[in-house]
Amino acid sequence: MSGAENNIHLHEMFHIEGGNFTNAGSISSQVKKILKEAGFSSRVIRRTSIATFEAEMNVICYASQGNLSLFVTPDFLRIVVEDEGIGIPDVDLAMQEGYSTASERIHEMGFGAGMGLSNIKNNTDGMILTSKFGQGTHLEFLISLEGEDKSVPLLNAGE
Amino acid sequence: MTVSDIVKSFGLKIRAGKNRLDQDVRGGYTGDLLSDVLAHSHKGNIWVTIQTHPNIVAVATMKELAGIILTGGREPDSETLRKAEEEGMPILVSSLFAFELTGKLYQMGIPGMG
Repeated sequence: MSGAENNIHLHEMFHIEGGNFTNAGSISSQVKKILKEAGFSSRVIRRTSIATFEAEMNVICYASQGNLSLFVTPDFLRIVVEDEGIGIPDVDLAMQEGYSTASERIHEMGFGAGMGLSNIKNNTDGMILTSKFGQGTHLEFLISLEGEDKSVPLLNAGE
Repeated sequence: MTVSDIVKSFGLKIRAGKNRLDQDVRGGYTGDLLSDVLAHSHKGNIWVTIQTHPNIVAVATMKELAGIILTGGREPDSETLRKAEEEGMPILVSSLFAFELTGKLYQMGIPGMG
């Protein structure tokens, strides 16, 4: 039986430009489109969209730039967001609902409520958040594909 | 009750999604913080907000909301309209402010939580 690694493939990587609110949401929109075309359930699409949107907005709001990678395995979707920027000095504090370091501009647009990370946690099946203050942040999360149709082409593209 | 019923009752201006007004409205949510709407709104809710930028369409679509009502006569950005048409998300405008509009929707029988 071939190793599990053979079934994990990087589907796509997107670049996110920090501070660019004009295109905000475009990456999560593209990820959503991929999942929709792949034929996943609305539950998987909704959970992934919400988590991806929040992750994308965090890069735009707080980092100088970042990359979002979508990995596909037969059992879960894995999204990794790596950014360059100031990072997070206290991850536990950042995870607290309502805690925000957003600027006024961000608040005016309705972002920066301090709920992004908890929205990611509540819509995913596993989350890792690490940061090096002054360098950047690494976030990854998993969305289980239990109960999904495993015959969709997207899940078999790695073979 | 459908989105169309609400449009008629309040004389709302239709700015996008005029072909999607037949959707049933199941509850409502009033809020201007996007993460808050993502966390607490439910599928089929009508969303009352002052936010006019394109991300409201992304949020409404992700949560499968019935439509968005902008208050105080605010108009959506042109990019917001473009995205709304693309997604088939109704965007409506009311001259009422959020407190009054929400109160009246609630009185009409549109529930809040759950």
